[in-house]
Amino acid sequence: MSHPAQHPAAVETEALRRTFKASKRAAAEGPAEIEALAGVDLRIERGEVFGLLGPNGAGKTTCIKILTTLLYPTGGVARVAGFDVVREAQEVRRRIALVSGGEASGYGILTVRECLWLFSQLYGVPSRDAWPRVDRLIDIVDLKPQRHTRINRLSTGQRQRMNFARGFVSDPDVLFLDEPTLGMDVTAARSLRGFVAEWVRERAGRTVLLTTHYMAEAEELCDRVAIIDRGRVLACDSVPALRRQVQGGQHVELELRRADPRLLEGDALAGLKPAWGAEHPDRGTRTVKFRLPTDTPLVRVLRALEERGVQVEGVATRETSLEDVFIAVVGRALDERTP
Amino acid sequence: MTAPDDLARDAPPQRTRGFMLEWRAMTARTYVRIVGSLREPAWIFTDAVLPSLGMCSYVLMYRALGAPRSYEAVAVVGGILSAFWLNVLWGMGAQLYWEKQQGQLQLYFAAPCSRMAILTGMALGGVLTTTLRSIVGVSLGLWVFHVRVTAVDVGALALVFVITMTALYALGMTLSSLFLLYGREAWHVCNALTEPVYFVSGLFFPIRALGTLGYVSAALVPLALGLDALRQVLLHGAARGLLPLPIEIGGLFVFAVAFLFLARFALERLEALSKHEGRLTLRSQ
Repeated sequence: MSHPAQHPAAVETEALRRTFKASKRAAAEGPAEIEALAGVDLRIERGEVFGLLGPNGAGKTTCIKILTTLLYPTGGVARVAGFDVVREAQEVRRRIALVSGGEASGYGILTVRECLWLFSQLYGVPSRDAWPRVDRLIDIVDLKPQRHTRINRLSTGQRQRMNFARGFVSDPDVLFLDEPTLGMDVTAARSLRGFVAEWVRERAGRTVLLTTHYMAEAEELCDRVAIIDRGRVLACDSVPALRRQVQGGQHVELELRRADPRLLEGDALAGLKPAWGAEHPDRGTRTVKFRLPTDTPLVRVLRALEERGVQVEGVATRETSLEDVFIAVVGRALDERTP
Repeated sequence: MTAPDDLARDAPPQRTRGFMLEWRAMTARTYVRIVGSLREPAWIFTDAVLPSLGMCSYVLMYRALGAPRSYEAVAVVGGILSAFWLNVLWGMGAQLYWEKQQGQLQLYFAAPCSRMAILTGMALGGVLTTTLRSIVGVSLGLWVFHVRVTAVDVGALALVFVITMTALYALGMTLSSLFLLYGREAWHVCNALTEPVYFVSGLFFPIRALGTLGYVSAALVPLALGLDALRQVLLHGAARGLLPLPIEIGGLFVFAVAFLFLARFALERLEALSKHEGRLTLRSQ
């Protein structure tokens, strides 16, 4: 076993790459290989809550799979707690836990208590320590009334909370949370975030790498955020610093009728880099978001749209949010898939 | 949810390494099997009573034909071991495939314990629960059909049983990786291996009746050898054994060691392949 440096980063990647062979059908129409990670450099310090934000297919989950030793990189280096994820996978596994949102792990025949105990045993936690810890985690995730319930009788949300608790049974040094609040109700998700923040704060060295689709979650929890798209890190900094990068101008959200994307092309609208949001079929409208440069009056944009026959149903302006940063950096909203 | 409590401030729990880590992982996985078996009484009917019906048919057929009583005992021993073979196929062979489908496999692969500890736990749980279920077959044989066994050498019986189980479940451990590697439709493979193996193992008749094929299957299928060895221990000469008992025990030992090595190799190969290709352990890929 090699010994890492005295104070290694919790997670460190250098030029991390991963390609997948395309399926035969996909390879016939495009490249034979798909590049999921195209040289990712990250350094996450111990004690940080670090967010990885990116649209679907950006490479977030691939990155987490490599860091949790489930996948080999095809190039570059990845270290967790100072240990190489390929050569020292066993040392990495002793120090990590992984919770993926939406997973249905655990044996349906076991009760909540038994299932959490089972996972504690895979990490070598003695039962005399494991059972009290399991009971307290069950309390924290508010499953005390269900603690003796078989997990195949839990609701989706309850099962999700149990999975969240599973991540803490071994008190890992580095916790990977991949969309942990997916499918959870708002109150439960808020409480979960509170626990994660406290868990990291209460002992030096505990680290969390979080991927999430919820910008508010990343803003609330993360000390730093990396925005990733097409396998590349496009920006990495604290949320306030990222906000500052895109400040200068208003963030505008319009609800448009007859919202043909081609209608937003033209002189008056040039340089806006609009990001199309959700459609509202009931109202026959669609949302579009953009950052308005300081030297462009909003009224000029509205007039240009009117001249093109686009009906503006609603206008909203607001402060720079992490979502605005994301759109400015990536060029599209988080819920839009990587083309 | 309740407010975060003192748990975050607690000293981290001890995390054992080495043998104790593997032991805890193994016993935990065994616990799942045992609890699962005890909580679903319906399984006793499907896994113990129903498979015994085939055995009953053979006992009644031998009785109707006026065959020697030892043939009835041969069928009863076969019926008991058929429960183990079904468990090896469905409870071991197909298990990693189901674990993957449930999203469980990637959690095992991300945990610090060895995969062999998990598989050993599955095997131990399978042996224990199937032994309990096989009581149904033994009860039918002893009290319903009044099958007689000769004076049994308990030591030899224990040795043959343990080594047969080791060989069978080591084969199951090997199959579990191979099914995941090469046969995603694991249940078709399980189905395909059920009846042919029953036949070449001489499940309900003395394997000697197969002639040369009996020797071939004894050299290839641990169930055939274990079955014949158990019959020899329980019935002595009436079992019409294929090979001398010490040779069969030696053969079973070779099977056990070979399949344990093969299981470990297949598991390592599976893990390496899954990490290279990004599939197998991950449900979505």
